[in-house]
Amino acid sequence: MNPDAENTPHIIVSDLTMAYGDFVIQRDLNFTIYRNDIFIIMGGSGCGKSTLLRHMIGLQRPAKGQIYYGDINFWQADAAERSRVMKKCGILYQKGALWSSMSLAENVALPLEEYTDLPDRDIKEIVSLKLALVGLAGYEDFYPSEISGGMQKRAGLARAMALDPDILFFDEPSAGLDPVSAKRLDDLILQLRDSLGTTVVVVTHELASIFAIGNNSVFLDGATRTMIAQGDPHKLLAETDDPKVKEFLTRGEAASLESLAE
Amino acid sequence: MQAHSKIDFSQPSPNILNAAISGAWKIGSRAFSPETVLSRLESDRGITSLIVDANELSAWDTTFLTFIRAITKGCQMKGVTLEIQGLPEGVEHLLHLAAVVPEQKGVSQKKRRLPFLYVVGESAIHFFTSSKQMLSFIGEATLSFLNFLLGKARFRRVDLLVFIEECGADSLPIVTLISILVGLILAFVGAVQLKLFGAQIYVANLVAIAMAREMGALMTGIIMAGRIGAAYAAQLGTMQVNEEIDALSTMGISPMEFLVLPRLFAMVLMMPLLTLYSDLLGIMGGAIVGVGMMDITLVQYLTQTQATLDLTNISLGISKAGIYAIIIALSGCMRGMQSGRSAAAVGEATTSAVVTAIVGIIVTDGIFAVLCDVLGI
Repeated sequence: MNPDAENTPHIIVSDLTMAYGDFVIQRDLNFTIYRNDIFIIMGGSGCGKSTLLRHMIGLQRPAKGQIYYGDINFWQADAAERSRVMKKCGILYQKGALWSSMSLAENVALPLEEYTDLPDRDIKEIVSLKLALVGLAGYEDFYPSEISGGMQKRAGLARAMALDPDILFFDEPSAGLDPVSAKRLDDLILQLRDSLGTTVVVVTHELASIFAIGNNSVFLDGATRTMIAQGDPHKLLAETDDPKVKEFLTRGEAASLESLAE
Repeated sequence: MQAHSKIDFSQPSPNILNAAISGAWKIGSRAFSPETVLSRLESDRGITSLIVDANELSAWDTTFLTFIRAITKGCQMKGVTLEIQGLPEGVEHLLHLAAVVPEQKGVSQKKRRLPFLYVVGESAIHFFTSSKQMLSFIGEATLSFLNFLLGKARFRRVDLLVFIEECGADSLPIVTLISILVGLILAFVGAVQLKLFGAQIYVANLVAIAMAREMGALMTGIIMAGRIGAAYAAQLGTMQVNEEIDALSTMGISPMEFLVLPRLFAMVLMMPLLTLYSDLLGIMGGAIVGVGMMDITLVQYLTQTQATLDLTNISLGISKAGIYAIIIALSGCMRGMQSGRSAAAVGEATTSAVVTAIVGIIVTDGIFAVLCDVLGI
């Protein structure tokens, strides 16, 4: 929201190592997410993208290394401080993760009820605005089980946006969506960034989305268990020498072209 | 009908084995196991080269692929050179495809047979870690309860009402049925023995005391463990799978307060009431037997019951019920929260919630029995 704030680091990940017990998933991750970035965490299936996200949103403690939100050292801070940081974050989970016992309106309203003193009438207004923003106007009283997967995801986004967060996290936003809905979601993400100045972090392996919205990224490699590239995905595509990154960003077509040429 | 699968062996020279394959090699048709070929190599060590001729193969599917793969592997192990002729193009492509990505080392987690002592040690360690988890869950629940007392705990009142309905009103029919039957059974068992002494009237005492002190709370507890404990574990387990619990905690809402407290309160409020109801119906069940079969009038039966029952017995049963309620709710919620993120894990969580609850109830009942004896209650 503050235009001067552009190009200041928003989230810094330094020397992060993630592990389940002795099993290291990714090590030595170092990258910086700037304000207003749409930052893509990409990599093949099972390389630890979603796990990285879980570390960033406080669900899993790093085996080693730090994550900074501004100048707050997230995992060194106490629980109260962490929850203050998280209050400024909205998260869209892979399957929406709507609370199944509550209607869509109640889902979106819960964060507002928890963290604001707004009267019920205002909350209702905000809820219907947020649902309208994701194209679900009129679905207030539906329960998550009564709507389609794509709609659940959009409702999840409405909930993630409820408190006008500084940072929005998306876990595989286009997984399970048809191409048109996926495109709409991408457009929505761009608009949110442009109009609200939100920093966006997206875990995805959807190439179309990566190039449509991303302006910064990190590439995690499952085999070497660390990051092997970072930067603007367009530049990566043009400049990278790493065959794995190239293969990923071209759907392996570059590799097959080369092999044909040989 | 295609020709059956067939292998013809020939040995043009002592160190060369020729296997001519013909016919249809398909699932369902009688295919040869690779052993037919490999055992020949085994029995005749002089063979250094195997030639498989598939020119006459008329039809094939996965059966043939696995056959070729097994033979290739077998030959590699025995150091026999293998030459395959006339392989259909499709087979070649598929075999190539299967070989193109090498087996990932360290990925396949082979289940080794573990030594007995190792297994014992591991389950002992598992026991300690799970008891630690249980204690920390109870601790967290206690802290959330303290938060509630301080007025800081957050959950939706609507949720509480829904759970109260689920535990209370919805449980009435099954509690009714089971309690009447337990009362009947107690009366029958007692009647047979007491008749020998002509002391049928004491059936009323037996039923009243047994229901109020033990069976009312115990049977309600077991019913609720199956009905509600299992439901809680399944609900929370599914929420875990669905990332709903993650969504709560990242929003800074404690799942302990938001999900566990209302469930716990609903149980603690409803169990004593259900138990009281169960006591009453049990006594009714006893009365049916007493009045119907043993020439006791209803008035006699009730007067006898009234003379026997005092508040101590009833309140003992009800306080047990309160404790059982905590055990059932906490074990259901705990197993649900600890559930893994798969359908099978939710199933396991549900089973284990019911088992934990019932074991907890019986053990507590035992402790109560000893305590009451010592204290002379």
